Amino acid sequence: MAKLNFEVEELTGEIKIPAINPGATAHVKPNPSKDEHNTALGFPGGLVENWEAKAVEKMGELLGKYKSLRVFMDSCVRCGSCTDKCHYFIGTGDPNNMPVARQELMRKVYRRNFNPGGKLLGALAGAEDMSQSVMDQWNSYFHQCSQCRRCSVYCPYGIDTAEVSMAAREIMNSVGIGQKYCNEILGKVTTVGNNLGLQKAALANTLEFLEEDVEEETGHAVKFPLDVKGADVLLIAPSADFFSSPHIEGLTGYAKVFHEAGVSWTISSYASEFANFGMFIGSFDTMQTVAKRIRDAAIELGVKRIIVGECGHAWRVAYSFWHTLIGPWDFLDPKYQTPTHIAEFTLDLIQRGGLKLDKSANDERVVTFHDSCNVARASRMGDMPGGQFEIPRAVIRAVCNNFVEMDENTIREFTYCCGGGGGLLTDELMEIRVKGVSPRAQALHEVMERKGVNTMAAICAICKAQFTKVLPEYGFDMEVVASLHQLVSDAIILGGKPGV
Amino acid sequence: MEGLTGLSIIFIALCYGAFALFLAVFLAKVYGYAVTPSPLKIPTTPAPTTALGVAGRMAGEVLFFTSLFKGNKWTWLGGYLFHLALAAVLLRHLRYFLDPVPLPVAFMTYPGLEPGVWAGVVMVAALGYLFVRRLWVDRVKYISIFADYFVLALIGLIGLTGILMKFFIRTDVEAVKEFTLGLATLHPANIPAEPMFIIHLLLVLALMVYFPFSKLMHLGGIFFSPTRTQVDDCRETRHVNPWAKN
Ligand code: SF4
Ligand code: SF4
Repeated sequence: MAKLNFEVEELTGEIKIPAINPGATAHVKPNPSKDEHNTALGFPGGLVENWEAKAVEKMGELLGKYKSLRVFMDSCVRCGSCTDKCHYFIGTGDPNNMPVARQELMRKVYRRNFNPGGKLLGALAGAEDMSQSVMDQWNSYFHQCSQCRRCSVYCPYGIDTAEVSMAAREIMNSVGIGQKYCNEILGKVTTVGNNLGLQKAALANTLEFLEEDVEEETGHAVKFPLDVKGADVLLIAPSADFFSSPHIEGLTGYAKVFHEAGVSWTISSYASEFANFGMFIGSFDTMQTVAKRIRDAAIELGVKRIIVGECGHAWRVAYSFWHTLIGPWDFLDPKYQTPTHIAEFTLDLIQRGGLKLDKSANDERVVTFHDSCNVARASRMGDMPGGQFEIPRAVIRAVCNNFVEMDENTIREFTYCCGGGGGLLTDELMEIRVKGVSPRAQALHEVMERKGVNTMAAICAICKAQFTKVLPEYGFDMEVVASLHQLVSDAIILGGKPGV
Repeated sequence: MEGLTGLSIIFIALCYGAFALFLAVFLAKVYGYAVTPSPLKIPTTPAPTTALGVAGRMAGEVLFFTSLFKGNKWTWLGGYLFHLALAAVLLRHLRYFLDPVPLPVAFMTYPGLEPGVWAGVVMVAALGYLFVRRLWVDRVKYISIFADYFVLALIGLIGLTGILMKFFIRTDVEAVKEFTLGLATLHPANIPAEPMFIIHLLLVLALMVYFPFSKLMHLGGIFFSPTRTQVDDCRETRHVNPWAKN
């Protein structure tokens, strides 16, 4: 583990609201993207001439395209309700990480250019021209927002700082200021088909290896099919599920569930990525381009339905945006909800008696559940509001005997982000990632101490990658993090009731 | 215009001018909110799955400030008291513009009880509390800008001058009503040349002009916030982005 050049909060089990510490993380900035990463996405390569005016012009364009931005710029009364709700503020004390202050970085430019008071009175009306120093603040603090929407829950006007961050990033991209991590990855997914740049041969290898592995371990020929035309189900999984742990154990879980259900399914090498970083950079067009591969793959393979794996922001894009981006679903079987979350599929199967489970297989675990921010506050599962909370929990209860909740202010709609969402899962932002996980770390520590929890299940590729990387900085064992379907996988008795 | 004093003519023009400006800009802004597209479905979930459910959610936000209540009980208390008191005060003031006075308005001036007047006192107290809170809590102090103090002070002064007129520097209420009713019925009458009333009125006019250019637009914005007004039916109904290229 590389040595950190900042202090890590001590674990007390308590989430404390810090005193403000101006500029505490002003130095944390993303690496700038290379010119070709920007141009590949249709953005200018480097900083454009006259960029201040162009940025303002873009802001004007977005104000006309997004009701959210327009209403949010006017409506904030600076009541302060959101000020202590962001995990990045709690972890850093930097006042610009208070959601309202983050918004104000944009709002001051908005006032200067789109409000007569700001035009007339300038600083007295809280207005400021776009400038290098404003852009520096944007680049820092709009990349210290994981777009988790926790702030929006507590805002009397539903102001969602995620929307503001997305708009800010789109404005930055439009003048040639790109973030390397997101833009580079988007280049890969739009050309190769997944965020890792994993080619078909490598993917086929991995899946084959997994098949052998599972067969060796269980004696059952559980398949991980790739590019099978005419399969019923297209599985779209985050590419991390193909190689890192505990993601891969989750993928194994999906495969076992399909095996037991007796459905024919396939992964697509053309659309081998569930993640859609187009959302993080606020670009509707990029998001649509990325999602389009999934539509094309589904049509090409002739599947009846699309089921998706465990990933938070990707589930938001799929559940909330796909219908708009790549619908209508006239090429799929209308009998099924599109998309279906793997947890919905698994629970339904369990409830219909289609899985034989041995809960005691997970008896050495005391499990708690981390609600992923985007699943919790930007999507749904099942038919009822809040199904996104109940369905994963119902799955856990069906496969584990010991389940306990973390503090109620840190779960369900109040859940804290893992600290790595929103396109921040990159090394140069490590300080903000480590500090941002602190509320979740404290809540986890508390149930470990009091209730003997040793496992935290998650349903998001970013959460899993972030937790396994940053929780050890607090002294946690990275094995505490588990995939939901890893728990399912461990409890399934293969060959129990095939074909239901 | 027969019989109107110069002072009256000036104030009548100011009143109509300020009101027209307020209305025009407010409506233009709200129109802007209404017609700006929502490219995507972004309700903050869990969200209602039906329009009726959304109506319930919105009623909660508008009438009880439910989200603010989740966020901060003390701010909710101050903010809620202020808005409730303001509503009562505004209701009471309708008596200056309506003849005959409807029952709920009349109740606000119920002799001996005077709920409208006490609401005014509560309103000023709540504003004072909100003002102090801005200075008191380090986070809130950091985010407060001049405009935040300004508007609290402005409305506070309007309240104070109102209370002064009620309790200490009595105003000829009949004359005031003649003037205001004249405005409302488009038959302008003379303004009573009472300094406290004129100050009160000037402050109100300033507020009217300031309103649509300021954060007070939350009055309109709250009804158009997509995170609260959208129905969560993303899978069932296809939401179309009118400006999507594909
Ligand atoms: S809760 Fe909403 S209105 Fe209050 S300060 Fe935060 S963004 Fe502004
Ligand atoms: S969306 Fe999440 S990360 Fe961004 S400001 Fe709000 S609470 Fe913080």
